[in-house]
Amino acid sequence: MSESAEWTKGAAAISYQRCACCAHVQYFRRDFCAACGSLALTDHAASGEGTIYATSLVCRAATPETRAHVPYNIVLVDMREGFRMMAHGDQDLAIGDVVSARFVPFAGATVPYFERTR
Amino acid sequence: MTYITGTGLTSFGRHDGRSSLDLMSMAAQLALDDAELTRRDIDGILCGYSTVSPHIMLATVFAEHFGITPSYAHAVQVGGATGLAMVMLAHHLVEAGVVRNMLVVAGENRLTGQSRDASIQALAQVGHPDYELPLGPTIPAYYGLVASRYMHEHGVTEQDLAEFAVLMRKHALDHPGAQFHESITVADVMASKPVAKPLKLLDCCPVSDGGAAIIVSREPTGVTAVRVRGCAQAHTHQHVTAAPPLSELGAEIAIKKAKAAAGVEIADVDYAAVYDSFTITLCMLLEDLGLAGRGEAAARVRDGHFSRDGAVPLNTHGGLLSYGHCGVGGAMAHLNEAHLQMTGRAGSRQVRDATVTLLHGDGGVLSSHVSMFWERER
Repeated sequence: MSESAEWTKGAAAISYQRCACCAHVQYFRRDFCAACGSLALTDHAASGEGTIYATSLVCRAATPETRAHVPYNIVLVDMREGFRMMAHGDQDLAIGDVVSARFVPFAGATVPYFERTR
Repeated sequence: MTYITGTGLTSFGRHDGRSSLDLMSMAAQLALDDAELTRRDIDGILCGYSTVSPHIMLATVFAEHFGITPSYAHAVQVGGATGLAMVMLAHHLVEAGVVRNMLVVAGENRLTGQSRDASIQALAQVGHPDYELPLGPTIPAYYGLVASRYMHEHGVTEQDLAEFAVLMRKHALDHPGAQFHESITVADVMASKPVAKPLKLLDCCPVSDGGAAIIVSREPTGVTAVRVRGCAQAHTHQHVTAAPPLSELGAEIAIKKAKAAAGVEIADVDYAAVYDSFTITLCMLLEDLGLAGRGEAAARVRDGHFSRDGAVPLNTHGGLLSYGHCGVGGAMAHLNEAHLQMTGRAGSRQVRDATVTLLHGDGGVLSSHVSMFWERER
């Protein structure tokens, strides 16, 4: 199983896994399919396109590193490929907005950041 | 058959100089006195966790400290659902004959034992270490996300959510042990500073010091017997990213199973003890449990349905939102108040009748649920 580059490892990319047996799509990387247990997983790079499911603008952060970024908007995005992910986004995003991802530095990491698709 | 024979609850707020073990001990002694039992009668101990003083064997640390040599003891960790999960386990162990009198105890100096930042950071760890935590979420943000979606799907407004904070504060005003004693209005909640939108400061429970304990026994000990009628759990996910749709959350699964186990319907319930870490938590749980129609819980608050003299009085001690939240013990305060109400000892807060109580706990981000029914036998 080859590992796709992904933002959690510092790359400017979002990836996901698809099960060759049951077609289950999963975002949290594992060695097995969480739906059927199969080891036959394939890695895929996501398009970065999706729809806003939920938002919360963080105005009170808990660490000095994150406090420097306050306020920042945390969003849940339903991705075109069929998985949901947490990310950052523009502050005026609303549920149902069609969005696409770019990548920004945040508290020492590279994180996905969504803005409305023009 | 198992009985709630005693409960103990400290005041919540600041307990300067008190450790988690001190607060656990204070609550445990109150529960023993309430049940008219001694240390020797206790043959089982279940305890929660302390984020201030983590330990791999907290139950035996406590047993040694308090002076009990139980035949059964360990800690339990289910976040905010821990208290009810422990009572559920105690119920089954006592019913199975493994333990005669189980002491369930939790306490934490979460307010004075660590900084508020440390508390917020420790709790944020319920998030996914790789896919959520690098984004800087907080517990209010996880619930803020859920709130935004629930409000979107069911037409709930921020003013609606504020009603729950006002109700809990109103109830806390009558409890001398509550952390907050200043009355608040919907306008106050709306004007409080944003924490994680749409949640504002007064939509969030505070950080507190405190302790709570409860004893589950094979035989009733007091004049009034309160028995566990039935209970059930449901665990659908851990991380909010992996949560099912709002219509498939665990509260609805747990309450359905608990109703079947107890042979009780929601219409039978005349007192409710429901987890309320945030206003949105209470709003959603009341509706998921069937104590209000979808999108109608706030209207029921305004109508007095959940007030002390209403049809189903709710968290008459003030809940996590206003009695306070010291971790595991925070949600156990609901149990103490329910026991006082059911045994007619709630003083100025006493409700008309509390024969059948519904108790519900939630851990994580609506991840883990425990529903339970208690009934007064005589």
